Amino acid sequence: MKFFDYARATELSEAIGEFAKPIAGGTNLLDLMKLEVETPSRLMDINHIGLNEISPHGDGLRIGALVRNADCAADLRVRRDYPLLARAILAGASPQLRNRATTGGNLCQRTRCTYFMRLGTRCNKREPGSGCDAIGGVNRDHAIFGATEHCIATYPGDMAVALAALDASVQIEGIDGSRQVSLRDFHRLPDGDPHLDNVLTGGEIITSVKLPAPVGGKQIYRKIRDRASYAFALVSVAAIVTLDQGRITRADLAFGGVAHKPWHDPAVGRALIGNEPSDQLFSEAADLLVNQAKGQGGNDFKIPLLRRSLIAVLREATGIGGNDVRNL
Amino acid sequence: MPLNPPANFRVNGKACRYSGDARRSLLDFLRDDMGLYGTKKGCDHGQCGACTVIVDGSRVNSCLTLAVMQDGCEVTTIEGLGSPEALSVLQRAFVTHDGFQCGYCTPGQICSATAMIEELAQGWPSHVSADLNNPVPSDDELRERMSGNLCRCGAYPNILAAIRDAMEAAR
Ligand SMILES: Cc1cc2nc3c(=O)[nH]c(=O)nc-3n(C[C@H](O)[C@H](O)[C@H](O)COP(=O)(O)OP(=O)(O)OC[C@H]3O[C@@H](n4cnc5c(N)ncnc54)[C@H](O)[C@@H]3O)c2cc1C
Ligand code: SF4
Ligand code: FES
Ligand code: FES
Repeated sequence: MKFFDYARATELSEAIGEFAKPIAGGTNLLDLMKLEVETPSRLMDINHIGLNEISPHGDGLRIGALVRNADCAADLRVRRDYPLLARAILAGASPQLRNRATTGGNLCQRTRCTYFMRLGTRCNKREPGSGCDAIGGVNRDHAIFGATEHCIATYPGDMAVALAALDASVQIEGIDGSRQVSLRDFHRLPDGDPHLDNVLTGGEIITSVKLPAPVGGKQIYRKIRDRASYAFALVSVAAIVTLDQGRITRADLAFGGVAHKPWHDPAVGRALIGNEPSDQLFSEAADLLVNQAKGQGGNDFKIPLLRRSLIAVLREATGIGGNDVRNL
Repeated sequence: MPLNPPANFRVNGKACRYSGDARRSLLDFLRDDMGLYGTKKGCDHGQCGACTVIVDGSRVNSCLTLAVMQDGCEVTTIEGLGSPEALSVLQRAFVTHDGFQCGYCTPGQICSATAMIEELAQGWPSHVSADLNNPVPSDDELRERMSGNLCRCGAYPNILAAIRDAMEAAR
């Protein structure tokens, strides 16, 4: 690990600005600093600035940036009104990691692309302009949506996928004041500058995530991974589905492990709304979703996997259809 | 704001202070500065759980936090849970059930399980809870809740038996 100076903020104002890189739980940043992928010269410990509460906000909830993932998933209001969020958090990492990981740090966690995490490879995200060894390389974990010739990495987290389906927003504080960004617009596509993961500019701090009023419905987070626990998603589906008089009235969907951001395609939800649930409808919606998908070789399997996962989730949410999605 | 402030905290009830190179992980501090060799380094990257200790009641990976970040905290390691003369209920159960082979993962397993039992008592849900509001301590639940602790020797069945036994003894 490269040498750095350490400072401990006791209020938000000390944490804002480009003086130092914030450290919250440290579970991603320290990992990458040990690998010398991240080499900050100063760290600002933001664990003592507050922002560690979940509080009512309008008809919704405000989750402080320093709330630990484990506390968020255990919160009775989250469990009751936003089970999708609790489920997504519980599907990620391990209990020990969730005890440290924070709301803000989780949103800002970096890709798990193996080239990004290994010095001595070409990686535009780590070293702009150097190239991308994942293209044509080992790219089993990589994106099927929104990739560019500059970067094909995914955002690896689970929590943010649920937050995208829930249409949460991110509250940000900077030197010039505060702003709010929809979670769906918080992470970026790689475009030509993949070293930027999200819309935060230097010195800005996430202060909280706001959840809109609860919408009920059937809420499902399905994560497909190489082992049943303690592994990142190959693909994941976050879904909120409501039925009224035999028709789908709400279908808020987001997908993880498939893009540089939680993937949200409003056309898929629109194709479902107003219709009677059926396997044919689900297949059509899933086709619409994967229509624009593009594999990189090693990750081609994600396209049928995502398609079937969506169908399986829609079946579970509506109680229509069986368990076998092989023929769909 | 001062750069590199010291951290004052407690380890197994004993006051201590760290004010050196900020790069020191809590894990290296415990082993190399405190001489508490019970806590083990497996991967040093949050992937194995061998370094699990309890900080302010929660289990954490001591490899992914810094010594300087522990200011004001109460850290408990395997040495703080019991001693050879006075084993904790879980330590005793691991011996009774052979909850290990080489023993490398064991301190992490026991620290983790100690805090896990408390999480269950608080009603915390897990990924496998059918009802988020009413988790039942089935074998699947215990396995999922212990999945942050890998055992290279594969002593999992006996680890599970030891934890079950300790939970029943506590009731
Ligand atoms: C072995 C392993 C397995 C994992 N598995 C999963 C998984 O399955 N699913 C999953 O979702 N995650 C997984 N994770 C990732 C884990 O969830 C993240 O490491 C964690 O959420 C990061 O939160 P943190 O508070 O520790 O962030 P830190 O490591 O403290 O910070 C991460 C980044 O966020 C920045 N930051 C932190 N807080 C703020 C803030 N308030 N404002 C602005 N910037 C901020 C930091 O500067 C840094 O760049 C895994 C991690 C490990 C090590
Ligand atoms: S996919 Fe992105 S993160 Fe991975 S090597 Fe290419 S540029 Fe780097
Ligand atoms: S040594 Fe900390 S998790 Fe492996
Ligand atoms: S007993 Fe050997 S690693 Fe678990």
